[in-house]
Amino acid sequence: MNPSVAALRATFGSAIGRAVELCGDTIVYVDRARLVDVLRWLRDTPGQAYDYLVDVTAVEYRDRERPLEVVYFLRALARAADLRVKVELDPAGEMAVDSVVSLWAGANWLEREVYDMFGVTFRGHPDLRRILMWETYAEGYPLRKDFPLRGRFSRAEQVHQALNANPEAHYSLEELSLAEVQEELPPDMVDRLRRGERGTVPHSE
Amino acid sequence: MSTRTVAYELGTSGVAPDGTPVRIPLGAAPDVEPDLGGEHLLLNIGPQHPATHGVLRLVVELDGETVVRCIPHVGYLHSGFEKLGEYRFYNQIVPLTDRNDYLAPMSNNVGVALAIEKLMGIEITPRCAVLRVIACEMSRIISHLVWVGTTGIDLGAFTPFLWAFQQRERIYDLQEMWTGARLTTSLTRVGGLMADIPEGFTAGLREFIRTFPRTLAEIDRVLTRNAIWVGRTQGVGVMTAAEATNWSLSGPMLRASGVPFDVRKDQPYLGYETYDFEVPVGEHGDVYDRYLVRLEELHQSTRILAQALDRLPDGPINVDDPRVILPAKSRAMTDMEAMIFHFKQVMEGVKAPVGEAYLGIEGPKGELGYYFVSDGSAKPVRWRIRPPAFLNLAALPKMAEGHLLSDLIAINASVDIVMGEVDR
Repeated sequence: MNPSVAALRATFGSAIGRAVELCGDTIVYVDRARLVDVLRWLRDTPGQAYDYLVDVTAVEYRDRERPLEVVYFLRALARAADLRVKVELDPAGEMAVDSVVSLWAGANWLEREVYDMFGVTFRGHPDLRRILMWETYAEGYPLRKDFPLRGRFSRAEQVHQALNANPEAHYSLEELSLAEVQEELPPDMVDRLRRGERGTVPHSE
Repeated sequence: MSTRTVAYELGTSGVAPDGTPVRIPLGAAPDVEPDLGGEHLLLNIGPQHPATHGVLRLVVELDGETVVRCIPHVGYLHSGFEKLGEYRFYNQIVPLTDRNDYLAPMSNNVGVALAIEKLMGIEITPRCAVLRVIACEMSRIISHLVWVGTTGIDLGAFTPFLWAFQQRERIYDLQEMWTGARLTTSLTRVGGLMADIPEGFTAGLREFIRTFPRTLAEIDRVLTRNAIWVGRTQGVGVMTAAEATNWSLSGPMLRASGVPFDVRKDQPYLGYETYDFEVPVGEHGDVYDRYLVRLEELHQSTRILAQALDRLPDGPINVDDPRVILPAKSRAMTDMEAMIFHFKQVMEGVKAPVGEAYLGIEGPKGELGYYFVSDGSAKPVRWRIRPPAFLNLAALPKMAEGHLLSDLIAINASVDIVMGEVDR
């Protein structure tokens, strides 16, 4: 078992849940409220020095009773030591954890991907929007177990939506505004963008 | 440590106000007219643009030619591999990995097999381990060759591309000889390989190892001291060691910034600790150092290949375990017990114990990790690829902002992305 677990328990007490060792890797469960504190401590404490974030992902089990887990893979580069930290989320409750982008800039896209695929919100993330799916994707969160393999919409509906998407929807309002071109857009397009209408399908033809 | 042998200062000749000739360094052109109206331009690059190396789309806010903001859009090649994997047996996941980093399919195959074997607690045979090392290093060579070739094209050097692709074709021939496929190799199986190397493979690979360094020397001669190449790459897209760590960069990107972390050395797998090779580390963290690191890695991979061929032991390539390895076809047809094992594996798959395992290998692009969670059935609950190119690309805005638009192309090339892996 990784000695960091005992050090964590001595420092954070009841905020540290169970710890298990699987296939030689140590996994420690952490209370959601103290996650950022724990990770900051692991990063900054001499002797721990988990300065590298390998990966962030989530796991949902086929067993619906089990909570969804957000998994953080940490590494101390100098020692080449790994530690896996998990936070449990109840799918029936609030699916949110605090963002760790303030600790590791590399968490930015990783957290966006978890949000995109699992619908977990990262509080305090600077730019939380979908990353692999497009921003107007309306079928839900693909890696959740209740999401069917071929998607929620029929093939015909998917094609229909793709063909009818607004071309201007490829730019987000944020991108258009940052270039200060908004005044030059046709007024109706600005209105539609403001209403968040981008990419929606006119059903009545 | 890779050290710089050249440091040109590119520049144009100019005349100072008092009439004396001066040299104006490039990239530091005097701000003649600081305010040209303040109009920023929004430029869309991609997703169908040759310099974005695939279906990457960049929305760039430009002030003149300077990148103020760069917003990458990824996902155009999203195939849902992780979702698909949850509906497949472990061995059926191997073909999915071919299509991930399709410039180095064999190292993906090896990585995923190693992660599954870690989960199942399977010890592979010595011959299999050496053959997998050969597969990994062949992949690193073809991936880096594509990188040096295409980056050369992006920066205006066409010739290295042709040389690199000629050599890559030779590895592809060997790959085809071994697996029957150039791209979709699906080389590994849980507990072994799908085939042993064929007759003539060793001789072919030795011939490659003998002649390949000549091409490397040619590329080195054309690029390393080339004034245009040096001017376009040195000091461009700098990431310090602390930044590279904080942005979770890996592979050549991390090492070019001076962080000497290589999974093969620091968390060895496949017996890499027994091979004699060096890990090149840069010091400036710019595009030029990334080039130097990759070029040196090509030399080192060639060394590893030679050592692997020298030590290649005889023996079986698959573990002796009928629960994970299909029995020989001849036995499955004649032997009742073998037929039962065959049937169970094909119909029910190989079951993994309850648990989870993560294993990272040093892929050509960086740390390529596979994470498997099992609930005891024959299909994983969750299969996750830790994509090195995705994480390296995430730092692109950080590297590019403040640089010229033409430097953005150089920086984007230096990341060595492959969209199949970024988008998965």
